[in-house]
Amino acid sequence: MYDFAYHRPKTMAEATAALKGKPEARPMSGGMTLIPTLKQRLAKPSDVVDLNGIKELAGIKVDGSGVTVGAMTRHADVASSADVKGAIPALADLAGHIGDPAVRNRGTMGGSVANNDPAADYPAAVLGLDATVTTTSRTIKADDFFKGLFETALEDGELITSITFPKAEKAGYMKFPNPASRYAMVGVFVAKTAGGVRVAVTGAGPCVFRVKAMEDALARNFSADAIKDIKVPADGLNSDIHGSAEYRAHLVTVMARRAVDQANK
Amino acid sequence: MTINVAMTVNGKAASGKVEARTLLVQFLREHLGLTGTHVGCDTSQCGACVVHLDGKSIKSCTILAVQAEGGKVTTIEGLAESAEKLHPMQEAFRENHALQCGFCTPGMVMSAIDMVKRHNYQLDEATVRRELEGNLCRCTGYHNIVKAILAAAPAMKSAGV
Amino acid sequence: MTAETGIGARVKRKEDQRFLTGTGRYVDDLPLARATYAYFLRSPHAHAKIKSIDTGAAKAMPGVVEIFTGKDTADAKVGGLICGWVVKGKDGQPHKAPPHPVMALDTVRYVGDTVAMVVANSADEARDAAEAIKVDYEVKPANVDLAKAFDKGTPEVHAEAPGNLIYDWEIGVKADVDAAFAKAAHVTKLDLVNNRLIPNAMEPRAAAAEYDKGTGNYTLWSTSQNPHVLRLILSAFVLGIPEHKLRVIAPDVGGGFGSKIFCYNEETMVTWAASRVGRPIKWTAERAESFMTDAHGRDHVTHAELALDKDGKFLGLKVDTIANMGAYLSTFSTAVPTYLYATLLAGQYTTPVIHANVRAALTHTAPVDAYRGAGRPEATFVIESIVSKAAAELKMDPAELRRKNFIPADAFPYQTPVALQYDSGNYPPIIDEAMKMADYKGFESRRAEAKSRGKLRGIGFSSYIEACGLGPSRVIGQLGGGVGQWESAQIKFNPTGNVQILTGAHSHGQSHETTFAQLVSDKLGVPIENVEVVHGDTATTPFGMGSYGSRSLAVGGSAIMKAADKVIAKGKKIAAHLMEADVADVVFEQGTFKVAGTDKNVPLGAAVFAAYVPHNYPLEELEPGMDENAFYDPSNFVYPAGTQICEVEVDPETGVVEVVNHTAVDDFGNIINPMIVEGQVHGGIVQGVGQALMENAVYDKETGQLVSGSYMDYTMPRADDVPSFKLGNKVTPCPHNPLGVKGCGEAGAIAAPAAVMNAVHDALAPLGVTHVPMPATPQTVWQAIHGGK
Repeated sequence: MYDFAYHRPKTMAEATAALKGKPEARPMSGGMTLIPTLKQRLAKPSDVVDLNGIKELAGIKVDGSGVTVGAMTRHADVASSADVKGAIPALADLAGHIGDPAVRNRGTMGGSVANNDPAADYPAAVLGLDATVTTTSRTIKADDFFKGLFETALEDGELITSITFPKAEKAGYMKFPNPASRYAMVGVFVAKTAGGVRVAVTGAGPCVFRVKAMEDALARNFSADAIKDIKVPADGLNSDIHGSAEYRAHLVTVMARRAVDQANK
Repeated sequence: MTINVAMTVNGKAASGKVEARTLLVQFLREHLGLTGTHVGCDTSQCGACVVHLDGKSIKSCTILAVQAEGGKVTTIEGLAESAEKLHPMQEAFRENHALQCGFCTPGMVMSAIDMVKRHNYQLDEATVRRELEGNLCRCTGYHNIVKAILAAAPAMKSAGV
Repeated sequence: MTAETGIGARVKRKEDQRFLTGTGRYVDDLPLARATYAYFLRSPHAHAKIKSIDTGAAKAMPGVVEIFTGKDTADAKVGGLICGWVVKGKDGQPHKAPPHPVMALDTVRYVGDTVAMVVANSADEARDAAEAIKVDYEVKPANVDLAKAFDKGTPEVHAEAPGNLIYDWEIGVKADVDAAFAKAAHVTKLDLVNNRLIPNAMEPRAAAAEYDKGTGNYTLWSTSQNPHVLRLILSAFVLGIPEHKLRVIAPDVGGGFGSKIFCYNEETMVTWAASRVGRPIKWTAERAESFMTDAHGRDHVTHAELALDKDGKFLGLKVDTIANMGAYLSTFSTAVPTYLYATLLAGQYTTPVIHANVRAALTHTAPVDAYRGAGRPEATFVIESIVSKAAAELKMDPAELRRKNFIPADAFPYQTPVALQYDSGNYPPIIDEAMKMADYKGFESRRAEAKSRGKLRGIGFSSYIEACGLGPSRVIGQLGGGVGQWESAQIKFNPTGNVQILTGAHSHGQSHETTFAQLVSDKLGVPIENVEVVHGDTATTPFGMGSYGSRSLAVGGSAIMKAADKVIAKGKKIAAHLMEADVADVVFEQGTFKVAGTDKNVPLGAAVFAAYVPHNYPLEELEPGMDENAFYDPSNFVYPAGTQICEVEVDPETGVVEVVNHTAVDDFGNIINPMIVEGQVHGGIVQGVGQALMENAVYDKETGQLVSGSYMDYTMPRADDVPSFKLGNKVTPCPHNPLGVKGCGEAGAIAAPAAVMNAVHDALAPLGVTHVPMPATPQTVWQAIHGGK
């Protein structure tokens, strides 16, 4: 990797200051994507601002309406959190299937959501649960957050501080992993919350997306049968050696059904 | 950018001057001569580099040396009490022929110990296989690794480690 | 020796202590004072002309010591890499042998081809500088699709091989096979692709070299399976450094599976440049480089036809194969799809006539060479796929059809129509045992139960034979092999009675340090802890051919037994002298020389001591010392055989195939250490399952870019992809080597692909699916079910 200047701020204010005015600076949370990217010399940041020293960013809080997860909370901590398991078991379950145990010990929710990898799991939960992303400068609704391939509403220097998930009446996540990388080739998060039913799909397209037809059908009848004939169009879906767009489109329906079954368990 | 780092490795203070880009695994191997921790890929998937940082398994190829500042690192070299008294996981690997070429072994053993502890010494075959997702082995077909970990869990419990 | 450590005992491994405590020594672990680090700039194009290379800016980068290009090696008259096996085509001519420069000269021929070598004070600086090298390429169309390699208009890889044809080779008499087909009641036809694999030993290839100006000696540490052969190639063909001035050390090596047999560009360059740089040079491949440049395996396109009579007896087999060689001929590449493939096409069967035509093709891809099994997995896949397909077509039980055609036990030695003479075997009890262990009888009820869960369950057989233990040198020579295929051993006693076994074989996971120690401990009665196996260093061990082709025990172990016999023979003379007895009356039992019928005895240790302190010793007729050498050249190959039965469940909605049961019953001849043998089979099976369901080296057919160039896209089997296995064995000892052993290293990988794929086909048969390409990935299976969407 190319060398860079390293910063380890202790507060969000320090972090923001370290990033300010440096267009080539990169914040680093768990580093599970950034470090491999740097190792392969696919990025050349001038500065790396390591967020791991900021205590205020980690932690899970639950109240009557939902769960708030600090941006630097590790996947392993979300997966094993009694609070998350109690409020939104599907979220804990999803976290427990990201990467592998060693990755889950480092990777963070904020990093994953900010990176918006098309094959990441968390974006499906954020969009599927209609979560709210809180940043250093504002709050952003999930529908407004994910903009496209590795693109989010975050502006330069803006950092996620926490994500708030509303409690779900029912929720389930089903992932079809890429056989090689084990990232989501198709991952479907379905949830029934006070705000209604949502179906969010990751892995299949360039960016996480919702399937309106399934949401409508599930709103009427929250059962796997209700969506068994609903297909998403293959047009615009990802296609690679592991899965054509058609195959992915097919898997969306299968995984959605299984996620509903999971949610109904 | 050159930075001084200091941490505890296998119970001993360790420090050195590294570049910002120096990975923890490079610090362990090249600065401290602890070459038991291996590098088998560039995409954080093979797990040959797994060590424990503050008691948790991590991939030492996917963390900067400076990020371990002040931390407690345990590597494969730090497990055995003595040449005669291996850690129960090491012993189980030997007893069950869970290694062949030995290259993935350090990472396997470190991941396995972490796994046993996280599951409170209670494991079944399916869990062990799933938990090994981040460790590749090309020699053993995993059969004996799984057997070894299942055998080590109660042994670790009774040894109190 | 005691039953706990002797032949047949599950002795725990001597090598484990260092590997378990992180004190193994692999090439990259070596501390080398004042070392420099090499980085290879590689071609980003599959096929391009190099118009110019400008290293000016790169040479000025921090830490750069030297930069070398193809011009430098050409100016210094560095030879090209060689292919060591000459295969003669139908026309009687040797195969086309295009040059294989260690650094590209004016053309690059695959993505990863070496263009420049940067030597710097650190690995990062070397890579930094490599990025500053300016190469002007004229990109040309690439030949990537194997099936079209011979087509008119396909770009040629080398002018020396017109039409990309390396050879057009055949075995068997075509007219006889045609006659057999004319009488057939049924003909089964099969088109298949044997998918290209990337070996992926967990330790990436590495090399480090040092030059001693005072002596003119070079030392190369390499991740090699056969350090002597590597030295021979480098000395005699490539670098011209005399053998006695080049020491090659293969220390602990983290797996090979064939990929570390060959002589590669990087180790050659590191050695060559060490004297020019005047400091040690180290190079360790990144995994991405391993994917691009380790010799790949398999990659065949095959059409086969099997003729059967009305009762299901095989009448004849014809096979037509195109084998991919890649862009250059690697060390043993030419032999793999010919002598290691087509000669195995009889399998376990009495098929009376067989004809195989093999054409080897050049493509703009990485070189292809031996990978675990090398040719034999490809042969087994053809035979066992077509036999199971025939059974399905004839609505016969696949086990029954196999049994009907097995070579009977009383027919050994058995001459096949494709050159080999099988020495021993007894196949029916193997399949019987496998069926019992796999509960074949209970399968239909398991199938029904699976169906109730929405899963399709299938069962598949694979009855393999392999010829391994390479090999009789005379035969190898007749077939065009460039080297002998004996193995060497030295048993060196120290005056205090402990032993070093020096072997020409190399262990990179095979456990020689334990197995070989067991042999000597058992034979000579020396406690196993007093036996040390030394391997992998040309300066200390006798010339050896190395480890591949499941040969270490059958050939190397036999050499050790021969050396042990010499120790006993000499010891008898010493003991006779000490006991004042006639040599003819001295017997050797459990580590002690005795005179039959008396209580006179001399322990081996005492005889050894006398040999080193020859105060009372027959110096007139006997040399002092106890240090015996042996070379063993086998009289035939060895022929392990077995049957694997695989049971899968397919999720028809997703196409996911799960291996739920896998049984292997093998005949490896006598077994020295069952624990180690089982470990070899486990690993082999998973590589075979990997080939069947997951692994696939994919190049973009237009650009020649390696699409599956990392673990993100090349599916490696992981622990949760496979079950635990059921293993059994049936022994027919090899009649022609002193241990009665066959070979076990490759069997698992040879048999498994067909067993798995036959199970997949069986599972999908109710849906009318008759062909699923390998690997049967979820998408592939789903497409097969849904008619190729």
